[in-house]
Amino acid sequence: MNIFIKKSMTVALLVSLGLLSACNDSDSSKMKDIVEPPPPPPVNYSYEVTITNLTHAQPMSPVAVVLHNDEQLWQLGMMSSVALENLAESGDNSMVLAQSMVLAGQSGADIIMPGMSETIIVTLTDTEPMMLSLATMLVNTNDAFSGVNALSLTNLMVGESISMTTSSYDAGTERNSEMMSTIPGPVAGGEGFNEMRDDVDFVAMHAGVVSVDDGLSTSVLTQAHRFDNPTLAVLITRTE
Amino acid sequence: MKLQTIITALLLAGTSVTSQAQQLDITVTNITQGIHYTPIIIGAHNGDMSLFNTGTMASSQLQMMAEGGDISGLSTMLTTANADINENPAGGLLAPAMSTTTQLTTADGNMYLSLVAMMLPTNDGFIGLNSWKIPTEAGTYTVMLNAYDAGTEANDEIINGAGAPGLPGIPVAPSGNGGVGAMGVTMDEANSAIHIHRGNLGDDNLTGGKSDLDNTVHRWLNPVARVTIVVN
Repeated sequence: MNIFIKKSMTVALLVSLGLLSACNDSDSSKMKDIVEPPPPPPVNYSYEVTITNLTHAQPMSPVAVVLHNDEQLWQLGMMSSVALENLAESGDNSMVLAQSMVLAGQSGADIIMPGMSETIIVTLTDTEPMMLSLATMLVNTNDAFSGVNALSLTNLMVGESISMTTSSYDAGTERNSEMMSTIPGPVAGGEGFNEMRDDVDFVAMHAGVVSVDDGLSTSVLTQAHRFDNPTLAVLITRTE
Repeated sequence: MKLQTIITALLLAGTSVTSQAQQLDITVTNITQGIHYTPIIIGAHNGDMSLFNTGTMASSQLQMMAEGGDISGLSTMLTTANADINENPAGGLLAPAMSTTTQLTTADGNMYLSLVAMMLPTNDGFIGLNSWKIPTEAGTYTVMLNAYDAGTEANDEIINGAGAPGLPGIPVAPSGNGGVGAMGVTMDEANSAIHIHRGNLGDDNLTGGKSDLDNTVHRWLNPVARVTIVVN
């Protein structure tokens, strides 16, 4: 993962803050008997997340973007949660967004087609979140997903951005049979979530799809559905 | 002008610090779902040597490791170069999604970190970290590793127990799903220099076909390993 932090507005902010505090000092002595101190306005911590689908023919299910202070959506080598299994096998992000670890969560509006982007805004009020995670299914697969895992937001100031690319993971909950009946994406229209776990039952990096063109005779996928890393480009900008 | 002087001074200070001994905690994680690593060898060494270089022929010591998982040759090579060595931290194979953590204290002048291990089942694939400059600043650093092909053996993908240098075939498929009776994917290794591995091909026939590998289990995409280095 390549991460670049761009500092752009810090100087401008410092200048404007300095001017504001100077004004307040000159007015406060005259006004103090008349004006009651107003309640502090709510503070928003807002992040604009732009996700670009870098694959050739793998639509991405509606992205789940979450702000959190602890836990992770997945851990390499550990079993998938049922929530992640749902996302990775069927593209349904509702259970991921409903998890107790989620301080603020936002779903993408729709599927992101190959080559397309979507910008999702997620906001938390009055608490500065420590981490951002996101996940989306590569829908023409059995249980592949891509995303960002517990990215630290500490030190990300308003106006600053983090950009990165992400690799793909295998939820480990469904064998990569690539059969039509098991893949929910448009190429197959097969089954999404199934609670049975018939694979290794731990999360690791995805090995890619094989496809009928590359030697898996029972696969519904073609060469067009193959993918390599990275699968997403992600740009996260703190706007408030 | 003044800024330039300060930067130069910092650079000089950094240079002098690099030659000092350091204590490292090193964690290697197998991030694949179906590939094992054979015993890992880690070395901190000076800039005059390397365990491997892409685009050049593998040493016989590297070939022993890449074809059969035998790290004794590389260990001797590192010892000769007065490197700091950590052999086999996982105590055998490192299974998919497993980690191993070990310590390495580096001597003055051993400023570069290298690490290799064979990938099973492959003919001569290995994970590799080549001469990573050990940072002078304390902290936690993460490096993702790619899979390399030693270029010393044709990737026939026939599991026949062969691990000695020069003998064709794959020693074993520890994660299972290894087949028998394959006719072989290829008998050629057109690029005999060390290169990025093109990945296992595999097939969907466990009792014949071209390959003894399972194309839904034994493939991978880069990266294949994560190394976390804590500089104390």
